[in-house]
Amino acid sequence: METMREFPRLNTQVRARQDATEEKSTKVDLKGVGIRYGDQSAVKDVDLSVYRKLITAIIGPSGCGKSTLLRAINRMNDSISGVVTEGQVLLDGRDIYHPGTDVIELRRRVGMVFQTPNPFPKSIYDNVAFGLRINRMARSRADLDERVERALRAAALWDEVRDRLHRNALQLSGGQQQRLCIARALAVEPEVLLMDEPASALDPVATAKIEELMFKLKKDYTIVIVTHNMQQAARVSDYTAFLLSGALVEFNSTAQLFTTPGDPRTEAYITGRFG
Amino acid sequence: MTRRLLADRVFVALTALAVVVIVGMLAVILGNIAIHGGERLSWSFLTAAPQVGMTEGGIFPAIFGTVLLVWLMTIFVVPLGVMVAIYFSEYAHRDSWLYRWTRQAVNNLAGVPSIVFGLFGLGFFVQFVGRGIDRALFEGELTYGQPAILWAALTMAVLTLPVVIVSVEEALRSVPQSYRDASAALGATRSQTIFRVVLPNAFPGVLTGGILAVSRGAGEVAPILFVGAAYFLPHLPTRLNDQFMELGYHIYVLTTQSPDVEATKPLLYATVLVLLLLTFLLNLTAIALRNRLRVRAAAER
Repeated sequence: METMREFPRLNTQVRARQDATEEKSTKVDLKGVGIRYGDQSAVKDVDLSVYRKLITAIIGPSGCGKSTLLRAINRMNDSISGVVTEGQVLLDGRDIYHPGTDVIELRRRVGMVFQTPNPFPKSIYDNVAFGLRINRMARSRADLDERVERALRAAALWDEVRDRLHRNALQLSGGQQQRLCIARALAVEPEVLLMDEPASALDPVATAKIEELMFKLKKDYTIVIVTHNMQQAARVSDYTAFLLSGALVEFNSTAQLFTTPGDPRTEAYITGRFG
Repeated sequence: MTRRLLADRVFVALTALAVVVIVGMLAVILGNIAIHGGERLSWSFLTAAPQVGMTEGGIFPAIFGTVLLVWLMTIFVVPLGVMVAIYFSEYAHRDSWLYRWTRQAVNNLAGVPSIVFGLFGLGFFVQFVGRGIDRALFEGELTYGQPAILWAALTMAVLTLPVVIVSVEEALRSVPQSYRDASAALGATRSQTIFRVVLPNAFPGVLTGGILAVSRGAGEVAPILFVGAAYFLPHLPTRLNDQFMELGYHIYVLTTQSPDVEATKPLLYATVLVLLLLTFLLNLTAIALRNRLRVRAAAER
């Protein structure tokens, strides 16, 4: 356990140096985002840039509004009655809260993985094919097969399930189910992947696999991960946002935020004095 | 022994006695029917038509009519009930006035005495819709504007609608929200989510609703008195505007309209037994299905 924690942290610093030399561009830009449940404010005036093909972590104590903020990026809060979102969320420069936005298309472009693995009670194959079928993305049966395989490979699950694609997905272990949910999200070729505490229901080994997977996915996808696990944020992310009571306290490169926090509250949180 | 303690003992004894009385009454009723009905019950009783002024023969036309009636009723009530349940469970906002009013209307519908449904069926389906069809399509000739199995089935569908709505809605709500979220997050529209995720997972509940409606419908007589049930018919109904014989109504007829009451008695007992067995069987199936649904829903959460 101890070595597992130490090793990736070294990695993070190496990567942070690499990232600094690369050109970064903004994929999702949150401008003055506020979210209210009725008259209760959950997120207040957040400005945040999510950079292309990097991993951005949102950390903070339970109930700080980090999941609500994440769900604002694919408009999943729409289905909760009484939620009001203010400000702008720009995806490639276009406001997704603009009245003319096609929410269905938005959600295809911005995939989501949930806190608890939630595969459908269908076969492994049908789970991955679900999004392809509803979005009519496969041209033929063979094309569908190929896309399903590609998604399962991308989620590092193919080798474990190739012989039982037509078995019920609920027979998989928790970690496998979560990777299946990632495969299901990847199948529709999203540009951004939102992960809402994807490892909180998993054991350390399964968690390590998910984190390893995130490194690989970063090559092709922009990832935003919400986590209350600071070590996880330090291990996997390039940039970190610290949220407290719905307000953004600090946003910086992960290396900076964890080594030289600019705000005393950030320092108190990452050193474990609260939360 | 103190008086307080004595009063306590007496009260416990009274509650136990009440239970014994109820169970005893049920046992007498069922035992009586089973013993007397069993004597007359046979294969030929189930497959033959009534003969000799209903003092001989069987009840096949009544069984046939009952099955046809509830089958037609199911065709009408299940799709309608499922649609309403979908609206309640998936679309309506819990605190909107439309939801509250329609919800209340469904509850009230469940409380209306069944004879009122019978009169409604006569007034609306037979007189208004039926006559209307006759005027429009048959130049006023009496075709659909009379009691018929179609109108009886529709009347019965209205009567059983609340049963279907409530059990289907319960089934829809038991589908985990996380399935809906997963589907929406993949770019599914709400109707895609309902048809591909919610409804397939609620299927046992839909089935339960259908069966409960059938078992309620099979036991009702009052709603069909004026809209299609016949005293006796020499042939089976073959068209939607034919009248029909029905088990519950046949029991009423045997009891009150028989030319020879003593001679009809064994037939009456056997008919009641058949009706009871039919409804018990349907209820048991519904309960078994519902239990399976609950177990599965709990396991998947």
